[in-house]
Amino acid sequence: MSTAEINTKENQGWAKFREGQRDAVPIGLGYFAVSFALGITMKNAGLTPIQGFFISLLNNASAGEYAGVAMIAAQASYLETALMVIAANARYMLMSTAFSQKFSEKTAMIHRWIIGFVLTDELFALGIRQKGYLEPKYYYGMMSVAMPGWAFGTMFGVIFGALLPTRIVSALSVALFGMFLAVIIPPARTNKVIRNVVLIGFLSSFLCTLIPVIKDLSEGVRMITLTVVIASAAAWLNPVKEDEL
Amino acid sequence: MSRVTIQIIVMTAVTYLVRILPLTLIRKPIKNRFIRSFLYYVPYVSLAVMTFPTMIYATNSLWSGILAFGVGLFLTWNNASLPKTAVACCLTVLISEFFLIH
Repeated sequence: MSTAEINTKENQGWAKFREGQRDAVPIGLGYFAVSFALGITMKNAGLTPIQGFFISLLNNASAGEYAGVAMIAAQASYLETALMVIAANARYMLMSTAFSQKFSEKTAMIHRWIIGFVLTDELFALGIRQKGYLEPKYYYGMMSVAMPGWAFGTMFGVIFGALLPTRIVSALSVALFGMFLAVIIPPARTNKVIRNVVLIGFLSSFLCTLIPVIKDLSEGVRMITLTVVIASAAAWLNPVKEDEL
Repeated sequence: MSRVTIQIIVMTAVTYLVRILPLTLIRKPIKNRFIRSFLYYVPYVSLAVMTFPTMIYATNSLWSGILAFGVGLFLTWNNASLPKTAVACCLTVLISEFFLIH
């Protein structure tokens, strides 16, 4: 490779990094709002701002952190904490499996170790949307914006919890869901199977919040069950043609 | 080390294991057509079940949540970009709650 080619490749990498940063701005803001609320919960559980900061920096998971903090507040054993956090995070196993196919075999293993650390619902959604194999620099760009939003949001939530107007917290709380819609709806418009899968997903998760017994299960358990059942049925009824994958 | 610190280490360790195991153990492309199709649908299903109905209960007023969901659906059906959709949903809640909640 000539110097010029190396430079071009380097520039493309940085372009990908900046693209990731740009795409993750709404995620960073949404994270700030959600983790701010999480910080208020942590304060009520007796945690310090520094503890909140590190929990979020190291875990990067809303439901999982919530479960862990609830266990800490309940003076639970280490084993109980571990089991609850695994249950709340079980869906990441599915995402991680799906994501394993998004990496080229040529990509160095270290990228999987780093990206796996911050495999969140939102970054997964943007990463999987990329054409072809995932460019790790794109993901690092997203991480550089999303992780501070999450960690500092938590810390500020513990410190200033009661001060932010509830109107603002309320408005920011839909940002992440708006992003989810932007990932699933455009393909649903053009692909009939995806459209049905999304519709059945909406309806069944709504029904699950109404049906007795099922509605008392944790959100994590409901979500992973529905995902496995619906995605299996879709794969069985409509196996994807090789050229679509 | 304090009890809370150990709890934080436990949380971090199990969270990382759940996320990293499939990603690092499955290094070759999966050939099985059923599994490939299953994994193709997983993102759409999981994001759909996470979004609804949780989104409409996320705000201070049920109606502002329903409105934001409707606006998000309408915009994305018309191929609005991801940041635009996120901002539009937030503004829908902010503005509608000035009328819904006094």
